Amino acid sequence: MTDQSSTPSKTEAVEVAPAVQKSSRTKMGLRKQDFNIFLIVIALVMLAPFILNPFPEGSGMAQFNAGYPDLMQRFVIFGIFAIGFNILFGLTGYLSFGHAAFLGVGSYAGVWMMKLLTMNVIPAIIVSTAIAGIFALFVGFISLRRSGIYFSILTLAFAQMSFSLAYSVLTPITGGETGLQLALDDVRLFGTAAVDGSIPATNLFGLAMRDSFELEIGGWLFTFNAGYYLSAFVMLAAFYLSVRIFRSPFGMMLRAVKSNQQRMNYTGLNAKPYTLAAFVISGMYAGLAGGLMVSMDPLAGAERMFWTASGEVVLMTILGGAGTMIGPVLGAGFIKYMENIVSKINETILHQWFYWLPDGLEDFVIALIYPFIGKGWHLTLGIMFMMVVIFLPGGLVEGGQRIAGLFKKRKASTSDDDTTPKSAPQAAE
Amino acid sequence: MSKFDLSRRGVLKTGAVAGAGLALPTVFTSGASAFTNEPGPGSVTLGFNVPQSGPYADEGADELRAYYLAVEHLNGEGDGGMLNTFSSKVLDGTGILGRKVEYVTGDTQTKSDAARASARSMIEKDGAIMITGGSSSGVAVAVQALCQEAGVIFMAGLTHSNDTTGKDKKANGFRHFFNSYMSGAALAPVLANAYGTDRKAYHLTADYNWGYTTEEAVRNSTEAMGWSTVEAVKTPLAATDFSSYIAPVLNSDADVLVLNHYGGNMVNSLTNAVQFGLRDRMVNDKNFEIIVPLYSRLMAKGAGANVKGIFGSTNWHWSLAQGFTTPDGTAVAPDAASAAFVKSFGEKYGFPPSQAAHTCYVQTILYADAVTRANSFNPCDVAAAMEGFEFDGMGNGKTTYRAEDHQCFKDVLVVRGKENPTSEFDLLEVVEVTPAEQVTYDASIFGGDLGTCNPGA
Repeated sequence: MTDQSSTPSKTEAVEVAPAVQKSSRTKMGLRKQDFNIFLIVIALVMLAPFILNPFPEGSGMAQFNAGYPDLMQRFVIFGIFAIGFNILFGLTGYLSFGHAAFLGVGSYAGVWMMKLLTMNVIPAIIVSTAIAGIFALFVGFISLRRSGIYFSILTLAFAQMSFSLAYSVLTPITGGETGLQLALDDVRLFGTAAVDGSIPATNLFGLAMRDSFELEIGGWLFTFNAGYYLSAFVMLAAFYLSVRIFRSPFGMMLRAVKSNQQRMNYTGLNAKPYTLAAFVISGMYAGLAGGLMVSMDPLAGAERMFWTASGEVVLMTILGGAGTMIGPVLGAGFIKYMENIVSKINETILHQWFYWLPDGLEDFVIALIYPFIGKGWHLTLGIMFMMVVIFLPGGLVEGGQRIAGLFKKRKASTSDDDTTPKSAPQAAE
Repeated sequence: MSKFDLSRRGVLKTGAVAGAGLALPTVFTSGASAFTNEPGPGSVTLGFNVPQSGPYADEGADELRAYYLAVEHLNGEGDGGMLNTFSSKVLDGTGILGRKVEYVTGDTQTKSDAARASARSMIEKDGAIMITGGSSSGVAVAVQALCQEAGVIFMAGLTHSNDTTGKDKKANGFRHFFNSYMSGAALAPVLANAYGTDRKAYHLTADYNWGYTTEEAVRNSTEAMGWSTVEAVKTPLAATDFSSYIAPVLNSDADVLVLNHYGGNMVNSLTNAVQFGLRDRMVNDKNFEIIVPLYSRLMAKGAGANVKGIFGSTNWHWSLAQGFTTPDGTAVAPDAASAAFVKSFGEKYGFPPSQAAHTCYVQTILYADAVTRANSFNPCDVAAAMEGFEFDGMGNGKTTYRAEDHQCFKDVLVVRGKENPTSEFDLLEVVEVTPAEQVTYDASIFGGDLGTCNPGA
């Protein structure tokens, strides 16, 4: 069921690295606090089909249900993307404005694997991660010669370059504007090119990614989708790896880069290998996300690399809480929810909601709300983003912490505060 | 560590078991319904997937208006529009097969990814049985492929590239709109008539898929009648200032400029070209001319007075409703179907519909009609009913849905920017209706493979 061949090798690799602070570790090489967060994430991810579908089918509120396969997959895949971005931005403070390029490169690599080798998603996921890593090494090697705004602009330039190339010059490889898709006459060396005149579905050793099991309880309909659970397992592995990186000596070095790179240089340490490693790792995360994306929906379009896509992951990370572990995942979920749910509310639906109001008032209320829904979802997102940046500089995570703080004060308990991840201060960056 | 390994193994094992468990029930679900999103007895849901933001938002808005109108007419509200003129009479205003038509809308943002996400949510969450819309070929091709995989019917909106029903055609996808090839074939004779057969053309082409196929089509058909092509230059899609591309045209000996641009691109490039005085030039003792292969009313509006006298082609134009006179003096009678559509659209929204609105309206009606004739919502039955279907009374005269590539064949309109527009909607005049036979091509010339229809589930 899970990605047996891809992730364990990665987790094991990290297992060896951070040997310090062993005393403070409890389970799975994580501190108690981190382990609890990890458990929460596992629970959220595994029970997502229930959590995201709180309203019964056919009720007026069903509009807000997000528990359908496509969106759930997007939640976790963009979660991976944002987690990876956070390793670079949250730890080193290097703001890459071109991370979507790695996502795009990974997507193209993934689709090519499906065109050439097999519809099994494993090669696609592995190769897209690897290719994105190589590309990140190249981009990082050049971009990291500068820091601050110059670094951001360099990465942005690379990403836009990739986008333009993919959109026009590289059309034979990328499919240009139409995007790269599978065809009935693809090679597929280790699989069948076509089944009954259709392109076979992406699968994991025969388990089709779009297969779902539907559970009906009362008025509720819960969908358990194979592709979602594969993505979810990969995301949990990615999350675990990122926690280990955050708590490792390597992570410490990255934080040092963020706090004062000059001082680091004066002490005789060369920061570049560390930042480059962080850049490549986060590029590989993006590639992994790209590979998973095409595994769920085998098409790669150039606009995946457009600068707005790079900006989106920055938004996700900041909205959720940069430098925190769970923040980027929350931010990714939040933005994808807005994009997919709020954008689909149209005027007719508003009229259904407010039909009970007197006519004039109904129209007035709808006129008030209308600019914020449907095509206006960008506006809503922008306002939310401003509110978060102004009132919760630490992102949604800070909001959560404040709420939790209220309860703690009431209880007046002096629990293990010192072990909480020092997330909020970093996030103010 | 060992403890962790154990638990990880445990996790993997449960995962494997869960996987097996997930794989099994699909056997049961597939028995429950024969195809994806089989509608219940009360209502049927259609998915309207149009660009509500981004460069084609105007067209998307007009498409949505047309869809709302089509739903009204299908459900027996309003005046029935083109249902009254449609040659097939099976639709009686009681919805589709007695089920009330409901709909969901989504925003494609003119991006393949967003469009697919939106279409998937319509299929997976809202239970849409058919997806329609789109205002660019990239999106249409992407969504069409998705619908093929998911097992629902895709009725393409405004998409003009040859690929939609050529290289990338799919058994579950259908297109009513015309394509680049037809534009070229329809334009060439008119151009030869107006400008002679010894012209030298210079192409500026938007650097993406649609631009390529349009350039190729116009080139082939104009060269076939004696024109030569001096040069073809690709311009970036995001370009807003085309002066650096126009200047070399002045230095070449070309006497015709072909702008293979659409939307905002065309508005900007045409404006630049006119500013450079191209239209006042004399080259090789001939007046310099500009051609825009694909016209839309919204583009003509954007370019303003610059479109006067410029030739192009279009799928449909609302002035068909009033009838018109071709330059050689033949009067063409008003088209009853177009009149009915323009009337009900105009009464609801206060202005005439665009060609995007027309094609979307027609596609919705054609789908409903095919379902009714097939007496089934199963995509395979619907596709079979649509294939080879011949109809009339939908604004384009006699039309055929060709079975080999799911492309509609009908008359193509050659239009010209009007010299004396009477309103902001009256910017183009039809100069010729090119008969369908003249734009028909062999279904195999673009390659591609329809595959077999996929009912999903």
